[in-house]
Amino acid sequence: MIEDYFKLAIDGIKHRKLRTGLTMMGVFVGIIAVVALISLGQGLQNLINEQFESVGGDKLSVIPGGEDALMAGVPGSELVSAKLHESDLEVIERVRGVDKAAGTIMSTGIVEICGKKKVVTVFGIPTEPERLSLLKELDYFQIEEGRYLKQGDKYKAHIAAKTCDVLDEELDVGDKLTLEGHQFDIVGKNKETGTPVHDQKISIPLETAQDVFNKTDEYSMISIKIDEGADINEVEERIEERLRKHRDVEEGKEDFAVESPQSLLGVFLDIINMVTLVLAGIAGISLIVGGIGIMTTMYTSVLERTRQIGIMKSVGARNSDILLMFVIEAGLLGLVGGVIGVILGILLSLGGEYLVRMYIVTYSIYVSSELVVGAIMFSFLIGCISGYFPAKRASEMKPVDALRYR
Amino acid sequence: MDKMPEEKTREPIIELVDVWKIYKMGEVEVKALRGLSLDIYPQEFVAIMGPSGSGKSTLMNMIGCLDVPTKGKVYLENKDISQLYESDLAQIRGQIIGFVFQTFNLMPSLSALENVMLPMTFQGVDRRDREKRGRNLLTMVGLEQRMNHKPTELSGGQQQRVAIARALANDPDVILADEPTGNLDSKTGKEVMDMLTRLHREEGKTIVMVTHDPSLSTYVERIIQIMDGKTTEHLNHNHKYGGIEDEKK
Repeated sequence: MIEDYFKLAIDGIKHRKLRTGLTMMGVFVGIIAVVALISLGQGLQNLINEQFESVGGDKLSVIPGGEDALMAGVPGSELVSAKLHESDLEVIERVRGVDKAAGTIMSTGIVEICGKKKVVTVFGIPTEPERLSLLKELDYFQIEEGRYLKQGDKYKAHIAAKTCDVLDEELDVGDKLTLEGHQFDIVGKNKETGTPVHDQKISIPLETAQDVFNKTDEYSMISIKIDEGADINEVEERIEERLRKHRDVEEGKEDFAVESPQSLLGVFLDIINMVTLVLAGIAGISLIVGGIGIMTTMYTSVLERTRQIGIMKSVGARNSDILLMFVIEAGLLGLVGGVIGVILGILLSLGGEYLVRMYIVTYSIYVSSELVVGAIMFSFLIGCISGYFPAKRASEMKPVDALRYR
Repeated sequence: MDKMPEEKTREPIIELVDVWKIYKMGEVEVKALRGLSLDIYPQEFVAIMGPSGSGKSTLMNMIGCLDVPTKGKVYLENKDISQLYESDLAQIRGQIIGFVFQTFNLMPSLSALENVMLPMTFQGVDRRDREKRGRNLLTMVGLEQRMNHKPTELSGGQQQRVAIARALANDPDVILADEPTGNLDSKTGKEVMDMLTRLHREEGKTIVMVTHDPSLSTYVERIIQIMDGKTTEHLNHNHKYGGIEDEKK
């Protein structure tokens, strides 16, 4: 029985191809946007998740500024007035549960090549073996060619796997480069880490960085590895307590933030999730417009087929039969629009994925089955809801009047 | 005049008692039917005749359960339909009455076969049975070669034959034909009338035909004249097939 309604509904749709197409377009434009945004957003979340997972669960980091500094963006940003000093690092190193700690400077520097100036991220890294090994563990770098920076190095530098791409210049171990007006010898080249910021940087000895960037006794970030078996949350709390005492600030008014990758991850994911949902929600509004389109089309269609409704009633169709028939027809408009929208939406986000891969990183969109099924169901539902009122009007027509309609 | 008393002894299949139908056209009330009463008996072939505006279309709508009276009773197979809701009326229409319209009224998007199957769809008949019966009916009206043609691909006479096959789909007791030859030339019109006559004689269908064409009166047993919303019925002495009812009994 129900398949007969579908057949009648499809017959109805097939006879008005242009109008049907236009109506569906109203639906699938919205669905395209929603599907593309969500699959791109979920891909981004996955990417960040992976990046954080590679960092590991026994690491903490301390950055200057309060919790809001984290939201402000890059650690070590000039917007944050509070600083971290060598004394803070020493305090942290003495906290129970802390295995190793190392301070780094992160800044942007200008490299001059053939008269052209390029902006590069520069890391000042400690050269003491203990601290250096922590940074190696943190995946800041692994040497592929040449050697690590060692104690006593001054104007020496590593380049990362993709630094040359940023500089637009082929550089190798043994070459020289000019950073902030100083000449550096390139002594090593890092393996690719997969993290953009670490693959495009230049690393120089900490003391040199402090000189070059005029940041004497200043760290952009302190990285910490905790003792094996220690509870990361307890260590985090102890560090916070000690630093508060050392820096003489009250609880709740900290001018620093201790972050575990997990908490950072949480913040990032929340933000991305929120942005994705807001954008998808805005795109979703266009679905209401699509629904109104379906409603308009269905009202026209009901009017056009008044006589046919009369015929069907005269051969025994009940009001409920007519209602169901038109609701299904409207639902099908939504459904087909939804399917087209999902397909085009996935194609669109694949295009986005291709673009991102070309310029930045290995990034994959994520199309969940929930998204696909949900989008299609939703558009079917929108069709049915929009079709209900026109269908109701059709079903309540008096057979006599409907048959007389020209 | 000798047949009338005999017929009255049977239970009428259609009975209208003091039926009024009043339309409101703005401020004006139009009394289309004014206390009309009539009986139609099983296996009769009746014509309802009258000039346009006499109320015969309204009467046909009443008999066909397409409309309910403002006042009065309409009995169909002893059931009072004047108080029923549209959905119940629809079921009764589908089961008891088969319509043949002047303008054929086929569904343009459906093939001949699908059109014939449609009334059975609304009665919940299984698809296989529907298709089988549809094919049989179309074969009966001589359209076995045209089953999958759309109405637009058929001539007027062929369309009306599809409509007759459709009217028979649920094996109704009553065929209600509204000017069945009105849109046909005289030759195909005659074919259609012969077909209705055959249904009456061979299948024992009660046929009620609404027409204003006096030449069709030769086919029917009884003529119900309607004038100003009231009936003046009389036996048809021109009836070609007179005496068939007696033979059947």
